[in-house]
Amino acid sequence: MAHALRTRRGLGRWAQTWAGVATVLVLAELASRTGLLPQRYFPPVTEMFTALFAALGEPWFWLATGQTLQGWVLGLGIAALLAVPAGMLLGTSVVRYRAFRAVIEFLRPIPSVALVPLAILVYGAGLESKVFLAVFAAFWPLLIQTLYGMQDVDPVAVDTARAFRLTRAERITRVVLPGAVPYVATGLRISSSVALILAVTAELVIGSPGLGREINAARVGGAADLLYALIIVTGLIGWGLNSMFAAAERRVLHWHPSQRGAR
Amino acid sequence: MLEVNGLSKTYGEGERTTRALAELSFTVAEGEFVCVVGPSGCGKTTLLRCMAGLLPPTSGSVSLRGHVVAGPPEQVGFVFQEYSRSLMPWLSVRDNIALPLRHKRLGKAERTRLVEEAVESVGLTGFIDHFPWELSGGMQQRVAIARALAYEPEILLMDEPFASVDAQTRADLEDLVLRVRKDYGVTVVFVTHDIDEAVYLGDRVVVLTQPPTTVQEVLAVNLPEPRDQVETKELPEFAHLRAHVFRAIKRRQELRPAT
Ligand SMILES: Nc1ncnc2c1ncn2[C@@H]1O[C@H](COP(=O)(O)OP(=O)(O)O)[C@@H](O)[C@H]1O
Ligand SMILES: [Mg+2]
Repeated sequence: MAHALRTRRGLGRWAQTWAGVATVLVLAELASRTGLLPQRYFPPVTEMFTALFAALGEPWFWLATGQTLQGWVLGLGIAALLAVPAGMLLGTSVVRYRAFRAVIEFLRPIPSVALVPLAILVYGAGLESKVFLAVFAAFWPLLIQTLYGMQDVDPVAVDTARAFRLTRAERITRVVLPGAVPYVATGLRISSSVALILAVTAELVIGSPGLGREINAARVGGAADLLYALIIVTGLIGWGLNSMFAAAERRVLHWHPSQRGAR
Repeated sequence: MLEVNGLSKTYGEGERTTRALAELSFTVAEGEFVCVVGPSGCGKTTLLRCMAGLLPPTSGSVSLRGHVVAGPPEQVGFVFQEYSRSLMPWLSVRDNIALPLRHKRLGKAERTRLVEEAVESVGLTGFIDHFPWELSGGMQQRVAIARALAYEPEILLMDEPFASVDAQTRADLEDLVLRVRKDYGVTVVFVTHDIDEAVYLGDRVVVLTQPPTTVQEVLAVNLPEPRDQVETKELPEFAHLRAHVFRAIKRRQELRPAT
């Protein structure tokens, strides 16, 4: 009985989501077909999806998608390898934190896009530039989240560990780090979006190979339907990656108040 | 066994200091159950943290079997007032209890036995693979007690362990502590602000004053064993003792100049 109810409610929510999506798509289609929006810049949704399905059959499309994802994964991966240990080092020592805080507060607000000329100068227009920008942008949220996570450890938990004579190394690996994992997970999710944004930005602005460059090419070629199709693809990739991280969080952080009962 | 000698603790430096403990001395004998009672904010947690080697005293010392306590001694198990924060939410009941046993150089079987025995003695056998946050407050505090017991301490330090559970649970947990104290043959220092609880549980009661805190009085409790929530509390001696402690705390308050 309770199960049936839950299923029906689950179905209901699913139906609501799709009803919303469908409404927007139908309205957009009508707006374009009736000429409310100029078709030259805003083709009907059906045409966008026709172009999208056509692109799915093209090797260049998959190559570009792979290149964008390559920039994303390298950017996020390198940022994680640098930011998480750095956050751990800074988060476990007040002295180190004080020493580097000013540097961090200066570098963090720099918009990554401001580094585009530098990236071109140093790395040219290829993959390296894209990865460099993605790493720079993805580094900060992860560093800050890791740092907060390490600092937000419950003093009672640390006292408990000390009272039961856990060594300093054990206190860090068994108490501080597990407590910081939710913060790191949030940082990863934020940095993942940021890395994707910067990968596409680099492709658009510098012309690094990938979906961003293909979007530009579609514009130059006057293929508005393909332009939108590719924009939709970048959106779907962002949504997919985010869902992936959210699902991983539900598994790993099942003990955390934000995830309890979500299994 | 445990000796508190002229212990004082002042927090902070310069202008902004809090004198939490003025000068405290008392002893705890082997196997004894000593309750420390005093009003909120009088420095009970500070005292217990000094005794556990978690906090260095400003002056004076705590000695365990003649050795000055400089860090957490291995003979001491601690039960914190904030049970939910003292248990790791990412560890099951079993893993929480096993966490402090890593250093005990035990075989796997021995470790499992210690954990399961402790869980059984606090009456949580069916919950060993649950997570702490799946349990009620009283049950969480049982887990914390089991963790301290599995550690096989000679001395159990308990900081207002039942201050935030309901009355019925509290009575059950008080009797649980009296029982495991016998089963495990452990010396207990039990801090509370509740006079009834101190008199009910203790062999002796150390009454603290308001800050700057000193020992107001040490009282022997000669109530018959085993203690019983109904019968013991009906005894005229019980009423007498609790009135005595109450007056001791109150008298001291009246001696203080009004501010
Ligand atoms: N870490 C600390 N820093 C500064 N003052 C503290 C600290 N811990 C406790 N105090 C102060 O010391 C006094 C005694 O606190 P505490 O030992 O927690 O009392 P109790 O446990 O009896 O309620 C209080 O006035 C409290 O504000
Ligand atoms: Mg306290």
